[in-house]
Amino acid sequence: MKKTDEKMPSGAETKLTGEERAPEKTAQELASEIGEKDGLKEELFRMCRQNHVAALSAAVILIIILLAVFAPVIAPYKEAEQDLMSRLQGPSMAHLFGTDELGRDVFSRILYGARVSLIVGIFPSIISLVIGIVMGLLAGFIGGWVDYVIMRLADIMLSFPSLLLTMVIMYTLGRFSNSIVCIFIALSLVGWASVSRVVRSQTLSLKETEYVEAARSIGVGSGKIMFRHILPNCIPSLIVLYTLSVPSSILSESTLSFLGIGVQPPAASWGLMVNQSKQFLFTQPWLALAPSLAIMVIVLAFNFLGDGLRDVLDPYMKTQ
Amino acid sequence: MSTENVLEIRGLKSSFFTDKGEVPAVNGVDLVIPRGKIVGLVGESGCGKSMTAKSVMGLLKYPGRIVEGEILLGGKDLTKLSDRELREHCGKDISMIFQEPMTSLNPVLKVGRQVQETLLVHDKNIGKEEAKRQVIDIFKKVGIPEAEKRYSCYPHELSGGLRQRVMIAMAMVCRPALLIADEPTTALDVTIEAQILRLMKDLCRQNNMSVLIITHNLGVVAEICDDIYVMYAGKIMEHAPVFELFDHTRHPYTKGLLASIPRIGDNPEFLHTIPGVVPNMLHLPKGCAFANRCELVQERCRSQMPELVTAAPDHECRCFLALEEEDQNGTGRKGGGDR
Repeated sequence: MKKTDEKMPSGAETKLTGEERAPEKTAQELASEIGEKDGLKEELFRMCRQNHVAALSAAVILIIILLAVFAPVIAPYKEAEQDLMSRLQGPSMAHLFGTDELGRDVFSRILYGARVSLIVGIFPSIISLVIGIVMGLLAGFIGGWVDYVIMRLADIMLSFPSLLLTMVIMYTLGRFSNSIVCIFIALSLVGWASVSRVVRSQTLSLKETEYVEAARSIGVGSGKIMFRHILPNCIPSLIVLYTLSVPSSILSESTLSFLGIGVQPPAASWGLMVNQSKQFLFTQPWLALAPSLAIMVIVLAFNFLGDGLRDVLDPYMKTQ
Repeated sequence: MSTENVLEIRGLKSSFFTDKGEVPAVNGVDLVIPRGKIVGLVGESGCGKSMTAKSVMGLLKYPGRIVEGEILLGGKDLTKLSDRELREHCGKDISMIFQEPMTSLNPVLKVGRQVQETLLVHDKNIGKEEAKRQVIDIFKKVGIPEAEKRYSCYPHELSGGLRQRVMIAMAMVCRPALLIADEPTTALDVTIEAQILRLMKDLCRQNNMSVLIITHNLGVVAEICDDIYVMYAGKIMEHAPVFELFDHTRHPYTKGLLASIPRIGDNPEFLHTIPGVVPNMLHLPKGCAFANRCELVQERCRSQMPELVTAAPDHECRCFLALEEEDQNGTGRKGGGDR
């Protein structure tokens, strides 16, 4: 609201003739000095000040990233270090979250598992984002049969239950490479379709805008129009889409590992830990509780961050 | 000044192919733009003015396309060029400015970069620094104060008038031979409109550039144009130099347009209007498209389309009455001569 107030006088000022346009300049300077650049950085700071949940989520994510990166330093025990003398112990000072059936420290395994979750959350989402952007831009901008083919492909991807599709891809690829790479490929292949739909719909409306027409009228080629004029206008919604696809990737990995086709033991993954602890659910509940809580915290953090970013970046949601 | 023509449009026909049939939005337009002149294309909404401009720029979108005719730019037929070849001319030899300065700049790119893009697209060898220098240069020329500072502004930080100046800078930076201005001042208030029109006129004179200005505002036309084409339902109705057209209006449609301009001293209760509406382009009447709204309609008007005839030196008119006494049944006004 503040911004429009700042600009009001400049709008009125334009009615004056050239010589009298000086006040307009000062009004605009004033506006830009106060920080009305609308830069991404300012927007993010504003989000942190106004949306405490999003700011907290960002902090939580940062902490988890740090914990994962420095896991070998922080973790009191090694990932697969067994101590058969102290199996299935409850939480104590020596073992913060207790130990599992092989005497491995649950806390240490959660720290190492965070690496898997973060990697699986962040990178396949980037790959599917890139594929989705390219597909969506091509479909929306070129139209015609290109649009038809790409969108039908996306429809097929979306019409499968995504878990089932991921499992099929995992099983097919499982012979050729290790499980993390398989998860990468599977999640990337499954995720692009929804991204491409969003990008396509935005491209369809953006390519009709006057500034795209203006760009064409000065001789800018199609590729440049797609990536320089249309894509930057999609970025706000893509950031939101990304932050929301990270938790779903994390959940998918957990689910796959829980089902036993994701990360393979002895490597640690939160989903795998939940799976292995299910037989002790009633006797040693902390074994399942700790990794489940970890999954919940990271997924919630990313979702809240995504919501916060949407409020800041989506021009249609701006209500302040 | 040579009298060569920068752009010649011959028998241009552009249609939309809709489900209901062909809609000839531009239906056989002949138009000539001499070097260094400002030519006005006037007509009411939906008469095909913008379609003519878009045909020239290759901006027609599906289901619209050029059906026949030639668009000669310095002897080269633009309708025969591939999209890529046409893009090379756009921005360099012909450029266009649009109606809405608020929406014709990309909101996420700095205005300087957008203007610079024109240079970079057309001259691969030009360095970024040199391009930036030229952009600031053109910003100064089009009267943008503090050009260096404005270079890194985003469009929303500029007022409407400034944005339209940026658009003009964008169109002018490669020194095109022809500038097409599609209702350049419709979205601006009148004082800014006057400034922008004067700017365009000055730039035109300085660079020996031609301008095709598309508008429905006869005041704008009277202000800056040398030559005027009046368009109705996809066809040129009347063509004459500006003073000839305003002093010796021949076509009943042009007369109607002139009479419709409210004037100080007129009875403000009643505005003159041309009765009726533009005919449905899907089902154009057999005869003259204006026949149903014309005060002087005759029997033959309904069955036969009149040709564009030379009624006086430099004055063409598409009306059976054109050759008859011009004031025979005029509106009693002297047109825009006293403006």
